[in-house]
Amino acid sequence: MAGQPDVDEFSGTETTGHEWDGIKELNNPLPRWWLYTFYICILWSIGYWIVMPAWPLINSHTKGLIGHSDRASVARSIEEAKAAQGALASRIAETELDQVSADPELLSFALAGGRSAFAVNCSQCHGLGAAGSRGYPNLNDDDWIWGGTVADIHQTILYGIRSEHDESRQNDMPAFLNDEILTREQVDDVVEYVLSLTARAEDDAAAARGAEIYAEQCVACHQEGGVGDRELGAPNLADQIWLYGGERPDLVETVSASRRGVMPPWIDRLDSATLKKLAVYVHSLGGGE
Amino acid sequence: MFSHARIEKNSILLTVLTLIVVSIGGLVEIAPLFYLESTIEKVKGMRPYTPLELKGRNIYIREGCYNCHSQMVRSLRDEVERYGHYSLAAESMYDHPFQWGSKRTGPDLARVGGRYSDDWHVAHMNDPRSVVPESIMPGYPFLAETPLRIDQVADHMAANRTVGVPYTDEMIENAQADIKGQLDPFSDEVDGFLERYPNAISRDFDGNPEMVSELDALIAYMQMLGTLVDFDAYKPEENLR
Repeated sequence: MAGQPDVDEFSGTETTGHEWDGIKELNNPLPRWWLYTFYICILWSIGYWIVMPAWPLINSHTKGLIGHSDRASVARSIEEAKAAQGALASRIAETELDQVSADPELLSFALAGGRSAFAVNCSQCHGLGAAGSRGYPNLNDDDWIWGGTVADIHQTILYGIRSEHDESRQNDMPAFLNDEILTREQVDDVVEYVLSLTARAEDDAAAARGAEIYAEQCVACHQEGGVGDRELGAPNLADQIWLYGGERPDLVETVSASRRGVMPPWIDRLDSATLKKLAVYVHSLGGGE
Repeated sequence: MFSHARIEKNSILLTVLTLIVVSIGGLVEIAPLFYLESTIEKVKGMRPYTPLELKGRNIYIREGCYNCHSQMVRSLRDEVERYGHYSLAAESMYDHPFQWGSKRTGPDLARVGGRYSDDWHVAHMNDPRSVVPESIMPGYPFLAETPLRIDQVADHMAANRTVGVPYTDEMIENAQADIKGQLDPFSDEVDGFLERYPNAISRDFDGNPEMVSELDALIAYMQMLGTLVDFDAYKPEENLR
């Protein structure tokens, strides 16, 4: 190999000198465009070292001429996004919650922001259209467990329901069978009574027995006639809208074991303007009071 | 000596020179992370995983959750607005191995803790489409039915300690009691548990107090993800990178 390079007789190009069963490898030079791009990349990297944070040192690292910081730039771009919302962002922060809907411009801003915050944070439980599902209330109807004014909704979003937050909405329906407050027969009777509230009782005698138990055990929260009490978060039992199903087996399960659904608090997770927008958005869905 | 032809034809020389080149790269890129003080931010609130959370983390890894879920909120506006504060290095300093990941078939989980109720997690692990109709995640219904193996948890903690997680002897001795304490806020073990793991949560996670299931551990783990650092005490301007 030393000395005379081997030249391929057909193309006149030098070979690498490697040979496999008579097949030789041409030693064409790299394409110029490729080679120069490669050199430019090397030059670029040197410039990059100087301009951007690059080299580790003993106690720190080189900061680069423009002092770039990912964390500073995300903070800046969030500020810019806020600034792009202009006066509306500061106006919603200053406006009282119940006054937001009085200002059409502010209302449409709140609804747009609320819709997107709802899709990100709330839809996983309440559904994209807020129609809810078993265990997760429908927010489009006017059947509110804890109240449907914009202030009530705001309170619920801020602190959650049966959450770890100190201000959380709290109540605790006993597990009447599991905690041995009622017998199995008594549970069946009281369920019969609850079914009678929506005209579905099949055994009037049982419903009558159940009414007595209801008057002792349930009426303090669910009220006379099962109309419920929003102060206590006791659902209406007479309106045919059920969070955990309204068929007989569902009701037996609810009375026996209780449900105790939890909604997380959002006050530490979202900023106050977003929380306001969400309350206004949910209030606007159809059932707001 | 170092001509191309010579190196190419001598495998030992090629190996040695390759090792030297790669080591230089490694020394410059990796070694400083171990001595630079600025690598891991000083934060309040970080603690090692409780034994139950550690078991949950092992299940998370065993089931390959990381194949679809990352655990790192990048410092980009869309990520911060969707998931919350960008992840800090301090938040994964007790992770061996870390779960940062770069593939997101599902959402990032670095801040999933406290976002959903336990009931939601139970329903979602049992059948994801029961709560999120458009989800393509497979169900993991067997987790609720599988008893959690807790006999080796102290060994897991000791192994983590050898790689730098500050578990104390007391924590390791009480590992199994702490699992009981975390799952039952009315148990005798809960006080000792909360003393050892100050901002941990004690409750029955899978809604079935009769059994300590793998689902208990997994939900306990997910419900603490991203919740430990006290961001009120965190000064972002002192930790610009």
